[in-house]
Amino acid sequence: MNQLDNSQQIELRRLLERGLPLTPRPYQHLAEQIGASEQAVLEQVRHWGEDGLFRRVGLVLHHRALGFRANAMLVMDIADERVDRIGEQLSRAPGINLCYQRPRRLPYWPFNLFCMVHGRERAAVQAHIAELLAQHDLSEVPHRLLFSTRAFKQRGGRFTATTEVAHG
Amino acid sequence: MDELDRHLINRLQHGLPLVPRPWEALAEELDSQPELLRQRLQALLDDGSLTRFGPMFDIERLDGAFTLAALSVPEPRFEQVAAQLQALTEVAHNYRREHAWNMWFVLACETPGGIASTIRHIESMTGLPVLNLPKEETYHVGLHLPV
Repeated sequence: MNQLDNSQQIELRRLLERGLPLTPRPYQHLAEQIGASEQAVLEQVRHWGEDGLFRRVGLVLHHRALGFRANAMLVMDIADERVDRIGEQLSRAPGINLCYQRPRRLPYWPFNLFCMVHGRERAAVQAHIAELLAQHDLSEVPHRLLFSTRAFKQRGGRFTATTEVAHG
Repeated sequence: MDELDRHLINRLQHGLPLVPRPWEALAEELDSQPELLRQRLQALLDDGSLTRFGPMFDIERLDGAFTLAALSVPEPRFEQVAAQLQALTEVAHNYRREHAWNMWFVLACETPGGIASTIRHIESMTGLPVLNLPKEETYHVGLHLPV
C-alpha cells in the first residue's frame, strides 16, 4: 500500500503550508516526517496539484522590496452585459496580473471590474493603462486608478490570498 | 541581487517541477548547481525579497473563503484603524490606496461564515461601514512579475 492515510495527508498539508523544505530531495524530507515513502508523498502532491488545490510550487514575492512600487488597482464600471467579454479581453492584455468581477455597492461603490497592474514607475503604469483602455475602446467608461501608497505588514501567507486576490 | 537571482525568481514564478530532485532539474535548466540555487533562494527569503516558497493552497478549495474589503477611514484615525486590522488574523494584507475608500484589505477565513462575522467585528470595532467586494468572476490570475 503506497498511499497516504488521512492523518498523513493532513500532516503533509500542514507541513507544506509552511513551505517546501530547501533540501535536495524535499519530498523525501517530508516523507520522513510523516512516516511515508517519497513516492507516496510526491504522488499526493501531484494529485493535489492536478485537482486544483494549488496551482504551482512557487514563490510569493515581496514585490515592493523588489522595486514594484507603482501598483495600481484599475476599477471600471462596465455594463453587465459586456463585463464578461471585457474581463476576458483585458485578461489577455500585457501587464494585467489579476482580473476579477466584483459587485457594485451603489451608491457607495459603482465599479464592477477590477484589474491589478504592477510597475516600477507610476507614470509608466498610468501610460500603459491609458493605452490599454484606448485599445479596448474603454476610455469613456467610468474608471479609477487606485495606486497603493503604503503596504502594511502581511501575515504569513499560508494561502493563495496573499498573491491572488488584490496584491498591490 | 545578480543575474542568477533574477533568473531563479523568474523561473520559480512558474513553479518548481514536481519531481524527486527538483533542484537538479532546475540547475540543468538554468545552467547552475542545485546547492547554489537553494542557497540563493534561502538568501532571498532571509533578506525579505521573497516571503514564501512552496505550494499555495487555494483556501476556497479547502472550504475557506476570501474577500476584498475596504474602509473609508477619517485621516486622523488612519494609523489607529490600521493597527486594529493588523491585530486580526483574518486580515491577510492591507494597503492604503488613493481614494475616499482609503484602506483596502483581504480577509481570508477558514469558513464562509467567518467572513461575515469578521466584517461585523470590524464594523463594531471601528464604527465604520465595511465595503465587502467578494469576487463574482475570475477572468485572470497570474501574478508574474519579471525581475
